[in-house]
Amino acid sequence: MLRRLLIILFYWERRINIKLRVSNFTQQYEGMPIIEDVSFYLQEDEFVTLIGPSGCGKSTIFNMIAGIVPIDEGKVSIDGEDCTGKIGQVSYMYQKDLLLPWKRVIDNTALPLIIKGDSIKEARKKIIPYLALFGLEGFEYKYPAQLSGGMRQRAALLRTYMFSKDIVLLDEPFGGLDAITRSKMQYWLLEVADQVRASVLFITHDIEEAIYLSDRIYVLTERPARVREEVAISLPRPRAREIVTSAQFNRIKKHILFSLS
Amino acid sequence: MRKKWGNIGNKTIPFIFLAAILVFWQLIVDRGIIARYILPSPVDVILVGMKILPEIKVHLYTTLQEALTGLMVAIVFSLLLAMLMDNFSLIQKAVQPLLIVSQTIPTMVLAPLFAMWFGFGLLPKIMVVILVCFFPLVVSLLEGLNSLDPDFLNLMKSMKANRWQMFYLAKFPSALPNFFSGLKIAATYSIIGAVIGEWMGGKAGLGVYMTRVRQSFALDKVFATILIIVFLSLVLFKIIELIQFLLMPWRRAINK
Repeated sequence: MLRRLLIILFYWERRINIKLRVSNFTQQYEGMPIIEDVSFYLQEDEFVTLIGPSGCGKSTIFNMIAGIVPIDEGKVSIDGEDCTGKIGQVSYMYQKDLLLPWKRVIDNTALPLIIKGDSIKEARKKIIPYLALFGLEGFEYKYPAQLSGGMRQRAALLRTYMFSKDIVLLDEPFGGLDAITRSKMQYWLLEVADQVRASVLFITHDIEEAIYLSDRIYVLTERPARVREEVAISLPRPRAREIVTSAQFNRIKKHILFSLS
Repeated sequence: MRKKWGNIGNKTIPFIFLAAILVFWQLIVDRGIIARYILPSPVDVILVGMKILPEIKVHLYTTLQEALTGLMVAIVFSLLLAMLMDNFSLIQKAVQPLLIVSQTIPTMVLAPLFAMWFGFGLLPKIMVVILVCFFPLVVSLLEGLNSLDPDFLNLMKSMKANRWQMFYLAKFPSALPNFFSGLKIAATYSIIGAVIGEWMGGKAGLGVYMTRVRQSFALDKVFATILIIVFLSLVLFKIIELIQFLLMPWRRAINK
């Protein structure tokens, strides 16, 4: 009976092509529970957002998936394989751009290639074809301090992409940007995500950003974080910027707003 | 009023001040208020300095050789120790207090001991230089290695970087500004250290020369030697600033 159930489950997973599954994450920090029984999944080429109040432990969830923080309880599986606590299975971008100030943009974005053992020359060669897509053409030999906040995030995103895992974790990448730059970057991110075909797991506490970008949203509670609700966003793609003013958009926004409070 | 002084610029004010002191000093000696054999005038010092330059050359080279050798050895050792302390907290805990206590021992006391243990050659002088340079270098390096945002290391960890890659790609470059401030201090100390070492005796060196001319009461030559030591330290300081300028191009790009 159990065996049959497992087989059915296995085929079900295959059918909808689940890239990443997080099961029953539970975590404590200095004796305080910060995450409680959080489970979710990410399908191939899907854009999924975790939304929750600031400091509810969203970043910790990412650190657990990336294998940087030891996991108290729970499981991570990628393409059906157990990857709990394994490092280097996902591309991970932090809230801070974390560009090394002494490296030019091209060498900063080449960092994952250099860590893998490429020479600087080889690594640079591999970066060049992507500069245009990421809007960094003409800036490749600048130092990070010479770039604007938006450009720095673009560089950080290209670096994340160059790690070339098909699962990408983005932790509030636009959190530090002004509203106008932010809105432009969101639009641009959708374009890029469409072209590079990646499965994206996104963190934000901005409801509008979450709805605009995502296929599905997991609403998390305050600390300790639990999944309160899963919301599927059925807005058509490609999404124009104006969609944020549509009635359907506002209905979803209202729903999530209530769910959060 | 305040604005007016601000406009003169930070570089001219100390020069004017120094010039005033020198003129005052010159006048005191010229008027005979203080006897020349007790305090030679600035002009005397410069004239004597030019005169003794050929005979002092060999001493200058010796001191420079001791100072630079000591500095190099101190750099290598401080780098090794800082790396060890940074990687193993046990070593850090064990060594840090000793390092600080070691700084309370006056160099003047150790120099004669080194002379007794290692003779009158170059070695005891180099040892003094290493000792005085070591501390500022280790402290600045440790501070620099700790200054990196730990998220940088987490990021590199998520990219499967090994410890050595994290060190040379992120930690070491981030420690460079601190390292260079320590190095500038160490470089000026190195000349003084070598001179103190030479006071205990030896064949050549600015300290040896200084002891000799002091014993023959040629105070103008003592002053001229001091001037040369100051000049040497300043040159070393500037050379290190230049190396820093060349090694850290991103700093220049930011200032543009």
